[in-house]
Amino acid sequence: MGSLSSLPDADKRDIVVLEGVTKRFPGIVANDSIDLSIRPGEVHVLLGENGAGKSTLIGMLSGVLQPDEGRILVDGKLTQITSPRHALALGIGTVFQHMMLVPALTVAENLLLGGPWWQRPRTEELEARVAEITRSLGITVKLHAKVSELSLGEQQQVEILRAMVRNSRLLILDESTSMLTPKGIDELGTLMRRLVEQGLAIVFITHKLKEAAAFGDRISVLKLGRKVGEIPSERFRALGEQEIISEIVELMFGKQKDDPEAVECPIRTICVEAAPLLQVADLAVAPTDNAPGLSSISFDIRPGEILGIAGIDGNGQKQLAEALAGQRVATGGSVRLEGTAIEMLSVGERRQRGLRYLTDDRLGEGTVATFPVSINFFLKQVGAAPFWRNGFEQRAEIDKRAAQLVREYDVRTPSLKTPVGRLSGGNIQKVLLARELAEGAKVVIFNKPTYGLDLANTLASRQRIRDTAARGLAILLISTDLEELLSMCDRIAVIANGALVGTVENVDDVRTKVGRLMIGLAA
Amino acid sequence: MSIDTPTVNATALDPTSAGAARRDILHRLLMTLGPILAALVIAGCILLAVGVDPLAYYGYVLEKGLFSPLGIQQTLTRMAPLLFLAAGLIVAFRAGTWNLGGDGQFLLGAVTAAASAPVFVQLMPAWLALIGSFLIAAVVAMIWSLVPALLRAYQGVNEIITTLMMTFLGTSLANVLVKLVFRDPGTTVPQTRTLPVEDRLPRLFDTTITSGLLLGLAAIIIVHLVMTRTAFGLKLRIVGANPRAAIHAGLGVPGLTIAVFAISAGLAGLAGAVDIIGVQGNVRADWNPAYGLAVIPAVFLARMNGFAAIGFVFLLSVLSIGGESAARRLGVPNHFTLVLVSIVLIVLALAEYVDHRYNQSRKA
Repeated sequence: MGSLSSLPDADKRDIVVLEGVTKRFPGIVANDSIDLSIRPGEVHVLLGENGAGKSTLIGMLSGVLQPDEGRILVDGKLTQITSPRHALALGIGTVFQHMMLVPALTVAENLLLGGPWWQRPRTEELEARVAEITRSLGITVKLHAKVSELSLGEQQQVEILRAMVRNSRLLILDESTSMLTPKGIDELGTLMRRLVEQGLAIVFITHKLKEAAAFGDRISVLKLGRKVGEIPSERFRALGEQEIISEIVELMFGKQKDDPEAVECPIRTICVEAAPLLQVADLAVAPTDNAPGLSSISFDIRPGEILGIAGIDGNGQKQLAEALAGQRVATGGSVRLEGTAIEMLSVGERRQRGLRYLTDDRLGEGTVATFPVSINFFLKQVGAAPFWRNGFEQRAEIDKRAAQLVREYDVRTPSLKTPVGRLSGGNIQKVLLARELAEGAKVVIFNKPTYGLDLANTLASRQRIRDTAARGLAILLISTDLEELLSMCDRIAVIANGALVGTVENVDDVRTKVGRLMIGLAA
Repeated sequence: MSIDTPTVNATALDPTSAGAARRDILHRLLMTLGPILAALVIAGCILLAVGVDPLAYYGYVLEKGLFSPLGIQQTLTRMAPLLFLAAGLIVAFRAGTWNLGGDGQFLLGAVTAAASAPVFVQLMPAWLALIGSFLIAAVVAMIWSLVPALLRAYQGVNEIITTLMMTFLGTSLANVLVKLVFRDPGTTVPQTRTLPVEDRLPRLFDTTITSGLLLGLAAIIIVHLVMTRTAFGLKLRIVGANPRAAIHAGLGVPGLTIAVFAISAGLAGLAGAVDIIGVQGNVRADWNPAYGLAVIPAVFLARMNGFAAIGFVFLLSVLSIGGESAARRLGVPNHFTLVLVSIVLIVLALAEYVDHRYNQSRKA
């Protein structure tokens, strides 16, 4: 791949150019040597899944974060964007994912915020300026309405207007469509078109392919912190929408030649006649405000088998894992472990019977960051012998077993007392692996087990999962990384909008089949 | 300020950490005592500014609160209810629950104890009567905490607001009970019937110190051990430190939340009972010593550690007993004790912040 994009030639027309920009966070490379050029009169779409590094990139452009390596050129001059205020002064305005307006104030008051404190707000001047801008864009904004009375789409227009009032030349829209109705999305599309016609540059961040194809002039695809490809505007204009989408799918899910993670899937022999360890039939979960529900999920996993769940993030993967583990109430369907129904059992009882869930949210729910490593090994067994007797902690037993697990799973920690939050992401993952795989596991659900890990830890985690399957356990592997699924799974099911849209054996042309299923085409 | 002290001491993997642990303790000691000294100096400057000799003030505080035989006995007696309240707060704070309704729970416990004890002593042996009154006080306080507990556990309503509101209602209700229901017909002042001195909790040896002090010490030590050494305590701490991890680990978070409220409020009710049955003998109308709020800083300074809390409660007792006397003699308002305690808190918070920044910059 990579042949599609040539390095951005430092065109004089470019407002902002990023060259080899890298940003690291503890345990994660959020942006890995990214090149990007942003031109006036273009909607530049940044496409990528959650965790691909879009927000980090925006953070650096808007002055919230500083790059660790690489250069940022503004108008061809090397510039350090030191603060959001500085970014604004350079003409870079950002509309963040979450609304940043004061709901109790009027639109006009919101627009006047941030002026010098010693001056009286210049309301008349503002009104004239707003009238001028809105006329040219063909929108109406109620200046004297309270922000809390506006719809989300109107609030977004106010945010864009605010950037315009401040003379922005580059407008960054971060996941701006995520809160909008379909009509609101169309209106935003029209507005963006008018803005670029006036010579503005727009960076539009999204993870939805359709919007990228519909609104963009140029698309850069990010994947796990790296820019994996770009569709330049000349090419963009030449292609139809379907062709663009399939090209993006190729960029997002396609195989990369120099991918060191690619490992040929080792042939495991799975006894086809063996009774399935985990049987799920018609599992359903009600949708909530911010998460899709699940409907009629059915699958079986046999001993030694790895079933992959592929899909774009946020299509019900987490809900599926939580419903199986017992953390989320299922509204219907059955879950059987070794033939016994477990759907009515609690989290603890399911674990007792050998169902383990390795969460993707390692610090958020997997561990208690301030607690020592030793205790985090036993978070799901509090009160159980031999680590507690008659309710009293047996320190010696806990430490003995914890030291054993530390050795066995190669957890690099200064001591057993170290708060687990101080460890690197890879080592926290090892603590979780040790906790879930140790004694008595029969079925293990892995949710994004290598998310945010460096290469060495990624490979180690994958090997650990393969070994687990080889021991005869049934594995459900949920991942948004298609390469990972291809290199590990026996079968891959695709989830979209909370339903399994197809299951394919992991042979030959599975990559394209899964890719097509993921974007809603028949395999 | 809410640093969770890692209380679990695992055997170190490397030998150097024994020295590190000792340095850690020394560092913590320095970080606690240093700011307290600094606060005393700052408070001294305030005293100077209002024309009072700080040395004389501190001298009177120490003399009355610590060194005079009568004063130290008063100080130790005052500790009894404070220790129970501190024990209740330790449970709540370690479990991440902000029970700020201690005063209402304390007063309702006090009033029910004051109402029930004189009746009980006529019906049964004194020791049984006292135990009965303690139990009733605890149960009434627990019931009073049920509204915030249920709202928190099942609706996620912020307990800071609800417990504070319930404390206003609780103090008023306690007053109403004294004036209308449990009023002693034999006196003109509105107050409950007085428990005869011989039926109160015995005094220690030949002093005026109440044996409630021993009960308070037992309560706070038991709470400390339960929170740090038992499975139940660990479950509460998990809920406090990371509720989502608690759900993930399969803990019954609503049930545990209600248990936290019940224990915390129950201990506050016992604090009221121990003050009445041990010291006061009755509750006068409009009596509200507001111990509940005064104890909060002490528990914080102790970082929710039971043994450290005993020390800080002692300090608070010395300050409040000695402060009352020093205030009388030097014409400083009685509330200067509170000013002193709050300066200590602010300086401690600042020290913590500076220490944190220093650690950050050393790491970077």
